[in-house]
Amino acid sequence: MREIQASKITELVEKLCIEACYVLSDDIYSALNTRRKTEKSPLAKEIIGTIVQNADIARNEHCPMCQDTGMTVVFIRWGQDVHITGGFIEDAVNQGVRQGYSKGYLRKSVVKDPLDRVNTTDNTPAIIHYEMVPGDEFHITVSPKGFGSENKSGLKMLTPSAGIPGIKKFVIDTIFHAGGNPCPPIIVGIGIGGTMERAAYLSKKALLRPVGSVSDNPQVAQLEKELFEEINKLGIGPCGFGGSTTALAVNILVNATHIAGLPVSVNIGCHATRHSEGEL
Amino acid sequence: METKRILSAPFTDEKIKSLKAGDMVYISGTIYTARDAAHKRLCEMIDAGEPMPFDFEGQVVYYAGPCPAKPGQPIGSVGPTTGGRMDAYSPTLISLGLRCMIGKGSRSEEVIDALKQHTGVYFAAIGGAAALMAKAVKEAEVIAFDDLGTEAIRKLRVEELPVIVAIDSEGNDMYKIGVEKFRQE
Repeated sequence: MREIQASKITELVEKLCIEACYVLSDDIYSALNTRRKTEKSPLAKEIIGTIVQNADIARNEHCPMCQDTGMTVVFIRWGQDVHITGGFIEDAVNQGVRQGYSKGYLRKSVVKDPLDRVNTTDNTPAIIHYEMVPGDEFHITVSPKGFGSENKSGLKMLTPSAGIPGIKKFVIDTIFHAGGNPCPPIIVGIGIGGTMERAAYLSKKALLRPVGSVSDNPQVAQLEKELFEEINKLGIGPCGFGGSTTALAVNILVNATHIAGLPVSVNIGCHATRHSEGEL
Repeated sequence: METKRILSAPFTDEKIKSLKAGDMVYISGTIYTARDAAHKRLCEMIDAGEPMPFDFEGQVVYYAGPCPAKPGQPIGSVGPTTGGRMDAYSPTLISLGLRCMIGKGSRSEEVIDALKQHTGVYFAAIGGAAALMAKAVKEAEVIAFDDLGTEAIRKLRVEELPVIVAIDSEGNDMYKIGVEKFRQE
């Protein structure tokens, strides 16, 4: 049994919160530069150039790329042979968020109660997802999620007869109605199958897959490719002002499901789709 | 792109009428931040007949909730938030003199009608470009609703804040025009 001090988790989460908000990941950065060259609209080209310039400023001057530093979503891949000592995991993660958002001068956007709406002033609680795995690894990904894009995400319980055409229609409708609000060019995370909440979880997890990666399931890879092309034909473009670059990637994750159902969830990530990861 | 077109805030009707959807312009002068909670509170105060924290006439409101300022800086990263969430409040504020709004994303027909009727304009700033936009802010001061934290109303002095005319005073809407132009059936 490997032991990990809760304080180490706090330190790592603090660092990842700041890093995720300051540094645009290389895959997205290079995808923006590539699409800038192929983009057909001059205004859209200009906008993508500004987005890249903004990422450069944030990285070089150590400040947040976007003022909406999000609700902090934390994914933990936890080997079953790891034991946490010196504190409760949830407290350790939240303490890391508290420290990261304070030391990094990140905006605190979390309200304690969705009805009363009083700010907690430290961006906690985080949304934490645990995935138990064999062995003794302990891996943390911090993905601050802004609500410009989160608000435009959606979930639908389709029937099996809807099939792939039904999935495509729901995804395309969701993206088209989102328009410029989620800060395109976007990353589209899609979860198909499982139960209602599993599909939603997978659609968020799909946003973490690198831009340019392809599903190892050939049928899913084909669906990713078709949706990517169709989304970019919608004309929404950067900022929603028209253009040939609406999405930088479509990432799909699938799960076994019930004979009677076909849950589909679409989680939209903005052009920053922040995430930063580390191991203990 | 051609030479920078720099406009000084607050705005006159004449200046607003010269702006066309799709134009890229830069704003210098005084603007105010207000987002969801501030709008709700302003409209409650209007209903109660209370005075406003600043005179709306010809003014620009920026839908933004900044990050905390680092020591020595006037403000933290400050990009636009989704304008559509303010749709319920904007026609009232426009009818009371507000002329310009800066946000991101499309607006309702009611807001577009109000812009046409009162000669207003909706600018979009590039969503997410908050580090870049913070550089245009030279001074910032909370002037109302301090308890709302990032959602407080701030008076900003800006120099060359980059924006795009999203909806002009004739109701031309880039969110429709642009997408139609590039949509492939």
